[in-house]
Amino acid sequence: MNLETEKLGFYRYSSPQTFYPLAGKMLPWFWVVATLFGIAGLWVSFFVAPTDATQGEAYRIIFVHVPASWMSMFIYIVMAAWAGIGLALGTRLSGMMAQALAPTGALMAALSLLTGSLWGRPMWGTWWIWDARLSSELILFFLYVGFIALQAAIDDPRRADKAGAILALVGVVNVPIIYFSVIWWNSLHQGSSVSLTRSPSMAQTMFAGMILMALCFWMYSIAVSLMRVRAIIVERERNSEWIRAEVKYAVE
Amino acid sequence: MKPRHKRAAIIVGGLASIALAATLLLNALNSNIALYITPTEVLAGKSPQGKAFRIGGMVKAGSMARTDMTVKFVISDTVKEIPVSYTGILPDLFKEGKGAVIQGRLGADGVFVASEVLAKHDENYMPPEAKHAIDTAQKDNPK
Repeated sequence: MNLETEKLGFYRYSSPQTFYPLAGKMLPWFWVVATLFGIAGLWVSFFVAPTDATQGEAYRIIFVHVPASWMSMFIYIVMAAWAGIGLALGTRLSGMMAQALAPTGALMAALSLLTGSLWGRPMWGTWWIWDARLSSELILFFLYVGFIALQAAIDDPRRADKAGAILALVGVVNVPIIYFSVIWWNSLHQGSSVSLTRSPSMAQTMFAGMILMALCFWMYSIAVSLMRVRAIIVERERNSEWIRAEVKYAVE
Repeated sequence: MKPRHKRAAIIVGGLASIALAATLLLNALNSNIALYITPTEVLAGKSPQGKAFRIGGMVKAGSMARTDMTVKFVISDTVKEIPVSYTGILPDLFKEGKGAVIQGRLGADGVFVASEVLAKHDENYMPPEAKHAIDTAQKDNPK
């Protein structure tokens, strides 16, 4: 390491060239941790958590529904933050991070809507209702899809990042709307069982299962996004010397 | 001011104005976003005239009566109540003393004729034993 990169300190990780191998090193660990949380989470969800008094066994879909919903909102905030940093500082890696996060966010939003629908039919009596919570989550899904489509539609990556970043930042206003929708308006969707200000209104083992599954989803999202960002780096930097060397090394 | 500071300021300013616009918009649309109105609001004449709408509230305990496929019950917000008539299948969680959201039209006789009945459950999850303990405690110590 020469003097110049040392002076940059933490900022040197904003270079795709330094981040590429770092992400590669972190990847297996996130997969391992995600798998461990997944095994523990599924075990608690199916075998430890008790039957619910009102909903019987059907409530167990909560162990996928809630983590997916949380991640869909959280990933959007992280994606918008990267997009904003990229827009303000002009760092290339930020745009790549935002691009890498979007498909996982869209997957989480879709999973949340799908499991919610499957849950709503037996419990509420309907697959879908245009209530504030459901509608705003659907908008979140469309924001992800819109972001992916907009970035893909523009050939120049720097301009694609900029356009995507503006969409991502504008859409961030939707996240608090999703979260507070059940408080601000009367809706069919019940309020939150878990909040930062009071103890969760569910049995402890149920809560534990949900948290373990949420951690699994979180670690999975990081792992899969790091894989995707590495692929994006290779694609965008394909004309640079170091990528050629890296790819040549991998092929041999 | 460096260019990147300027860009950051534009982003923060932009986000603030979008948040403000969204707040004003949602405030203006408040009554349209709400899924249902309460029996009190209906009896105060706030329900849309000649259109289907939704009422939300509790199914009054002891009010349910069945004749063939038609169910009659009373929906209440603990202050005002409205009689409801519904023909069809009820969701499993539909119970007396529990929440429900019903869609339909208010008849001239004051009976709400429902076309759809949905059950609304709360955010509490507990094992049956805990539920039983709470129910017993409430029965022994009525408010």
